[in-house]
Amino acid sequence: MNKIKSLADLRKLQNEVQSKIKLREKGDNPDKLVQIKVSMATCGIASGAKETMTFFIDELEHQGIDAVVTQTGCMGYCYAEPTIELIIPGQAPVVYGYVTKAKAQEIIDKHIKLNQMVDGIIPVNYSSIDN
Amino acid sequence: MKDLSLHILDIVQNSIRAKAQLIEIEIDERPENDQYIITVTDDGTGMNEEGLKRAIDPFYTSRTTRKVGLGLSLFKQNAEQTGGSLHIESVLNKGTKVTATFGFHHLDRPIMGDLVGCLLILICSPGKTNYVFKYRTPSGEYVLDTREIRKTLEDVPIDNPEVRIFLKEMIEENLEEIHISE
Repeated sequence: MNKIKSLADLRKLQNEVQSKIKLREKGDNPDKLVQIKVSMATCGIASGAKETMTFFIDELEHQGIDAVVTQTGCMGYCYAEPTIELIIPGQAPVVYGYVTKAKAQEIIDKHIKLNQMVDGIIPVNYSSIDN
Repeated sequence: MKDLSLHILDIVQNSIRAKAQLIEIEIDERPENDQYIITVTDDGTGMNEEGLKRAIDPFYTSRTTRKVGLGLSLFKQNAEQTGGSLHIESVLNKGTKVTATFGFHHLDRPIMGDLVGCLLILICSPGKTNYVFKYRTPSGEYVLDTREIRKTLEDVPIDNPEVRIFLKEMIEENLEEIHISE
């Protein structure tokens, strides 16, 4: 049986990863990266935001695209969950609704890689129930 | 929500919004007492007595983006459906503790689901929040403290993809070792 991984193994990994990071350019700062914020409140989680977020993390890593995937609160578009906010550096943020895995794949392939917007954008002039 | 892990992910978001620095997630399996206890403790802003009374009201929320707040009420409903209960203790500026007790052998107890996936979403986020995760079963206990992990990693970010894969395997192996139930 294999030994269970422990903090000692993590230390070994730390050394490997650190040397790799040093090789990369130091100019990496989050403002220049593609950012994806997945809405993760009760409404989002209940509609499958966890699967969407995991898919984005895995797929972007698999394709070698440098991006920051984070969670955010409810944006008020509960009817359209799971929703994501996509920020491409130098462009206005865009909110997508009903982001299933298939939609997420389409967003990565078209919007992130080719900069072509796809269907499902929630226009900014939509407002929440308060207004 | 179909899985208990999604409930945990949801309840922890409350702690994050309460500006918690340290969040403790505890799962305690006690088949001999027919109990399955999930506890989330944080050191966030807490609530006053009025807030505490209204916390489980589904039509109360501290958000302004929408008018309902279902997280705790859904969690409570699920716990009560299995003959259990949900308790919230909170002290203003000290923190909050949410304890949900489920009937271990009850047919309606939802499955845990992808616990490791939910933990990774929480742990591997760029913020400064730290987590202590404890899982206790009759065969043993597993404790994960992100403060130790961050210390070991030094300046390597915790959301690095390789670190993420490592942590996933580490948590899965350790949970398997203590024979967690479905």
